[in-house]
Amino acid sequence: MDRVRLRDRQVVWIAAVLALLLLTFSVLRPGSFATSFNLLNLVSDAAILLLLATGMTYVIITAGIDLSVGGVLVFSAVAATKIMETTGSLLLGAASAVLTGLAWGLLNGVLVAKGRIPALIVTLGTLGMSLGGALLLTGGVDLRAPGDLNLGLGLARWLGVPQIAWICAAITAVLALALARTRFGRHTYAIGSNAEAARRGGVAVNRHLIRVYGLAGLLAGLAGYLSLAKYGITGVSAHSTDNLQAIAAVVIGGTSLFGGVGTVVGTVIGVFIPVVLQNGFQILGVRPFWQQVVVGAVLVAAVYVDQWQRGRRDQ
Amino acid sequence: MSAPLLEARGIVKSYGQVEALRGADFTLLPGEVVALIGDNGAGKSTLAKILSGAERPDSGEIAVDGEPVVFGSVEEARSAGIETVYQDLALCPDLSPAGNFFLGRELLKPGLLGRLGVLDNAAMRGRTKEACERLGVQLKSQAAPVSTLSGGQRQGVAVARAVTWAKRVVFMDEPTAALGVLQTQRVLDLIRGVRDSGVAVVLISHNMQDVKAVSDRVEVLRLGRRVARFDTARVSMEDLVGAMTGAIEHENGR
Repeated sequence: MDRVRLRDRQVVWIAAVLALLLLTFSVLRPGSFATSFNLLNLVSDAAILLLLATGMTYVIITAGIDLSVGGVLVFSAVAATKIMETTGSLLLGAASAVLTGLAWGLLNGVLVAKGRIPALIVTLGTLGMSLGGALLLTGGVDLRAPGDLNLGLGLARWLGVPQIAWICAAITAVLALALARTRFGRHTYAIGSNAEAARRGGVAVNRHLIRVYGLAGLLAGLAGYLSLAKYGITGVSAHSTDNLQAIAAVVIGGTSLFGGVGTVVGTVIGVFIPVVLQNGFQILGVRPFWQQVVVGAVLVAAVYVDQWQRGRRDQ
Repeated sequence: MSAPLLEARGIVKSYGQVEALRGADFTLLPGEVVALIGDNGAGKSTLAKILSGAERPDSGEIAVDGEPVVFGSVEEARSAGIETVYQDLALCPDLSPAGNFFLGRELLKPGLLGRLGVLDNAAMRGRTKEACERLGVQLKSQAAPVSTLSGGQRQGVAVARAVTWAKRVVFMDEPTAALGVLQTQRVLDLIRGVRDSGVAVVLISHNMQDVKAVSDRVEVLRLGRRVARFDTARVSMEDLVGAMTGAIEHENGR
């Protein structure tokens, strides 16, 4: 029972840290930080990263890792742009981004599950391949998104909140429930906890791993499309640290790199902490580079706590 | 004497050059605890794997209730009512007892939610609690992950899981190897409890005291063959050791 409390406590702790940050910045700059405009900015900055981090949560819970998300995002955005240029259809563009992402994810999954190559190596390889592929397709020059995508979905709001944020929030909520409440989620935890036991219990471990990596790829593809809508360009050189941001968010949110433990709720908080820091520092006039320093420290602390808990458990 | 619940005849299994089993026989009657003993390399674990569907024999016959069967996989053995408690227990430390109990056979909610794959955790917890109580496995909490349990409790969860799903036979591979005196006692009680619930047990063990304490019969393997069978009540420790080491040979010596 102790460990359950500890785990729950970790999510509560990290939520408290986030609340404290929000409070501090609001008190220090009530005029600018706590305004609805700034809060909306926070949400929309976080939304696309949230998709990547949610997929990453599933992958890390299986005791895997996916370094390729940023590359897959860019590749999918490029593929979608090309399709939209040719067909003129935004819908086909969205479909092609999602399918391209899914294909990269499935490739990761097959290589990890069937090829028995460490996930770190597989996804480092596909990161290089997808980024390099995107550069080959574009000649290294960013492609522009169709105007009606950038000015449409990119600016559209529901109830004052960007549509992109709604989409990301809805998908994240569904995947949070799926992880916590469904058989798919249960098998994800089981594989990360003890893959051999899961196999002997009758879980189709390889098939499940392929699906999990496929999901992460699919989300990266969708993130590519949304990022295209939001920023208007493919951003071929802007996403090389997306993987690290996503991993940091997942780990800060209490998911264990050793697998078997974690929640999407924790990841949501883990996504917002760096975003809030960056935004707060900007408003306070602190040099924004501090954000990187602080997030790095929080990340190390989160992993230290995880190790410490495992150590206690394995005694 | 009733028909054997599980019978193996002339099982041969080689791994490359190594002949693990050279025509091994095995008999299990309904509702008994049989200890399968032998020196290291005698073929106990190989025979257990073959009888529980984890390995396929090169030749030989297996019969359940006198009907010949071929187990192509663990699942096929399971559907014949045969379960195995592995030496490493095969538990997921981060899942709850119920999560482990129903691993790979999760119960889903009725209706639409179930079709979406939503788990029926309440039902799984309830049935796990029931099964553990029936076998005298005490758990402080149903929600705590298995990693927080003691070695004995983990063993209890693994055994209770196997017994719950096993309709006919449970194989237990060295179930007390990692346990202390008190915990060993609990597992032996558990084995008796299983037998009393009508499920036959095959106990694979090195520990002659455990074997003497809990089994009804003993079958001895040596160099890939059954070399002796005893009624536990009428055999001495010396005879058991003698049969394992080859000092005594009496396959038909009952």
